[in-house]
Amino acid sequence: MRDTVRHRLIPYFLLGPGLIWLILFFVIPLGYMGELSLRSGTLGNFVFDWNFENYTDSLSRFDSQFVRTFIYAGVATIIALLIAYPLAYAIAFRGGRWKNALLLAVVVPFFTTYLIRTIAWQTILGDSGFVVDTLKTLSLLGDDGRLLATPTAVIAGLTYNFLPFMILPIYASLERIDVRLIEAAKDLYSSTRQAFWRVTLPLSAPGVVAGTLLTFIPAAGDYVNAFYLGSTNQAMIGNRIQALYLSERAYPTAAALSFTMMVAILIVVFIYIRFAGSEALMGEEDER
Amino acid sequence: MRWLRHNGILIYAGIAIAYMLLPLFVIAVFSFNDPAGKFNFTWEGFTLVHWENVFSLPDLNEAMAHSLQLAAFSTVLATVLGTLIALALVRYEFFGRRPANFLIVIPMATPEIVIGAALLSMFLIYGIDLGFTTLLIAHVMFSISFVVVVVRSRLIGFDRSLEEAARDLGAGPFETFRLVTLPLIAPGVVSAALLAFALSIDDFVISNFNAGDYVTFPLFIFGASQRGIPVEVYSMATILFIVTVAAMILTVWQQRRAERMASVRPEPG
Repeated sequence: MRDTVRHRLIPYFLLGPGLIWLILFFVIPLGYMGELSLRSGTLGNFVFDWNFENYTDSLSRFDSQFVRTFIYAGVATIIALLIAYPLAYAIAFRGGRWKNALLLAVVVPFFTTYLIRTIAWQTILGDSGFVVDTLKTLSLLGDDGRLLATPTAVIAGLTYNFLPFMILPIYASLERIDVRLIEAAKDLYSSTRQAFWRVTLPLSAPGVVAGTLLTFIPAAGDYVNAFYLGSTNQAMIGNRIQALYLSERAYPTAAALSFTMMVAILIVVFIYIRFAGSEALMGEEDER
Repeated sequence: MRWLRHNGILIYAGIAIAYMLLPLFVIAVFSFNDPAGKFNFTWEGFTLVHWENVFSLPDLNEAMAHSLQLAAFSTVLATVLGTLIALALVRYEFFGRRPANFLIVIPMATPEIVIGAALLSMFLIYGIDLGFTTLLIAHVMFSISFVVVVVRSRLIGFDRSLEEAARDLGAGPFETFRLVTLPLIAPGVVSAALLAFALSIDDFVISNFNAGDYVTFPLFIFGASQRGIPVEVYSMATILFIVTVAAMILTVWQQRRAERMASVRPEPG
């Protein structure tokens, strides 16, 4: 009898330390951020007084950055999807014995420091760099035109930096497709194109949903790409939050802005999941 | 034309992979650059000086040492905590597993800046000095979820009859864990640890918020970017890159070998 009680408690002993860490240093800090966002006063003497003005203030002061953030992250996510899907498809169905090498090539950028990767793009897109020169020769860019400090550069950076997050889930869902289903469609006289649109694409939808979320969320919270590849005219919400916390030390406003951003992202994600179906997200969890 | 239609996607894949690797190539090339001013953005000429002096900048060395130290501690802690969670989730039916699952998924779906800002808010309210400890707390926190996901995916295909056999043969629960379970899940645990290490050593955003005066390698780069990043950083990044890729290829190769040796078991049916 005592043995079964002990046996029942085992999972809680295993979970305990890790989950307590997550609660203490993830859940509870979010609560403190909420509390901080409702304080007022000056540095060194912020008092909690349900000051909801921090929220209305931060929304009205930074509304343009909010809009910009969601446009940049959204465009980057769509471009990443367009780049990633054919690549994931090629690796999954045509990779052959090169499959693992190709997958390694996809994750390898993660092994270089994130900042250095972004700084490398600063060099590539730089004013006297190869890309700008070529665009000028092709007259796609004016003589004094530049790529750095434009929305294009920031979106390009966001797209590049989060691309593996898009490729890997799509690859995983394509890899799992039973090829016999595609063959069956072809046996039933569907063209290659029809088989793709009616069989392959719907079956890979969970990967697409997971990939777009895994790209959009970090892209919306990013400030590194806008910092290195943009100017203040391309500043995103992340840049404002970072500056408010770390240089201006306007903690209540900073916390209110972070909270608003988190909620805004959650709303977008929620609408998207409603629209795209939730099986894709829960699929991984129930897979036991 | 037919050939192009058939192989077009492979050509596309080649171009896409080249695009993904381009910045890595640029970093390696620019580690041999001899820039005229303080900024290493345009190619001026070839030199080996910055490779010869790669460990000659005390601040950079210190930052790298900090990063390695932090990553080592954070990897050990996160791997232990995450592996225990994965074991509980895969092995046991218990009350509260859905919320537990949720608590593990949600940090991975939260923007890093929110995690960093929330932790900083708590540390500010309690007046805690920022430094190694706060960084360690943060790095363990964001690594745990990834460890759980990796170890869990390995545990799902785990053959439990091996453990039962060990118990039948008189092994106690701890002996069974040490002699049977651990060696079998070891490849998953090692992959998870590697991932945790890579996440920690590369982290910028959360560290930016919670480091105080403690400078890690990415924070050094950020601090230096206004006054010009020393070329040695490019060399150091190249070394770090080669070491991590080598470690990854080595573990994958090792695991393949182990799997081949383990597959000597009789085929079912």
